[in-house]
Amino acid sequence: MALVKLRGPLKERAGGESEHSVNAATVGEALRELERSWPALGGWILDERGRIRRHINVFVNGEQEREGTAVASDDRIDVLPAISGG
Amino acid sequence: MTELLVGTKKGLFVLEGEPGAEYEVKTRAFAGQPVEYAMRDPRSGRVLATVTSAFYGPKVWYADDPSGEWEQADGLALPEGGDEALERIWTIVPGEDDETVYAGGDPGVLFESHDGGLSWELNRALWEHRIRESWEPGGGGLCLHSIVPWPGDPDRLALGLSAVGIWLTEDGGKTWRHGNDGIRPRYLPDDAPADTIQLCIHNLHRAPKRPERLFMQFHGGVYRSDDAGETWTDISAGLPSDFGFPLVVDPADPDSAYVIPLVADMDRVTPDGRVRVYETRDAGATWTPRGQKQCEDEHHCAGISASRIGVTHASLSRS
Repeated sequence: MALVKLRGPLKERAGGESEHSVNAATVGEALRELERSWPALGGWILDERGRIRRHINVFVNGEQEREGTAVASDDRIDVLPAISGG
Repeated sequence: MTELLVGTKKGLFVLEGEPGAEYEVKTRAFAGQPVEYAMRDPRSGRVLATVTSAFYGPKVWYADDPSGEWEQADGLALPEGGDEALERIWTIVPGEDDETVYAGGDPGVLFESHDGGLSWELNRALWEHRIRESWEPGGGGLCLHSIVPWPGDPDRLALGLSAVGIWLTEDGGKTWRHGNDGIRPRYLPDDAPADTIQLCIHNLHRAPKRPERLFMQFHGGVYRSDDAGETWTDISAGLPSDFGFPLVVDPADPDSAYVIPLVADMDRVTPDGRVRVYETRDAGATWTPRGQKQCEDEHHCAGISASRIGVTHASLSRS
């Protein structure tokens, strides 16, 4: 199972837990599964189109990736708000 | 005691005070987040606020006490798997029955709540309107910013959208039709179709004491309708400019309305660098500037202040 790591408000809305194991083949599937498991998280990472919100960054093992990126069972997925501006 | 809810790009500020005296900031909520709109529903006492987080998307929150815990309202989302996402909630307006509340947003969407704002559903008739594919956004997006109930009749509603005109329903939102006759958009060619809906509505209000009367600030033109939004008459003569955004009506007087003209769409500043409210007391036949320079005394002075993401208004002129 891939490990999704959350911080801040996302962690709070996922039961206060920062680490969540999910069964998924892609980043998008992992995040959808996470939002399904924690309804209070629904719409906070993915929009209605299933896209990662514009100012959310998702990293797989330290590399920034998008919804369609494949994930393996031992991958780590970090979900972070983007750093924007100066 | 008067309560003011002030939505800003840096959060919601709740002020309390007496009219004419200094107001005190009682609390600040949603620190660091844009609060597009906030209102206290006079029926329930509940405060509703729309917050568009740059990171987590648009949400509506509610609280009985804005200094306490806020809960996220359910259901404010577009259908999953489509081509569009909810960008912003622009306004929240109480309906005419006890529990109904409306919310308008971008991309041109209306949500309804029938439990006082705790849970919401998309108005499907407007969302699935047959000509929706031709809808074009204005500079601020495809925003449904004005929702205008009819006092005492929950089935009648008027909407103002930028930039797709005025929409009317008489069956509680089951069907919608235009109310655009008489609106003249100068930003379109002279030979544009008379029934174009590329109409950039900036603000829309109804006169509660005469519900068939509406005032509207257009993208070039201030208009009045005396037939519930079916037809419109330009009433901008006498204003220094017919461009602007803020508009309010006097709830006690259907002939009185207030606007703040800006120089033009290409120069969005107040004329002569002075913020002046223009008042009509004869339904738009004449306009009179009001503002600090025009105050005769403290009882004949009006003021409205506006921001890019909301409008705050206050007046001492009509007691």
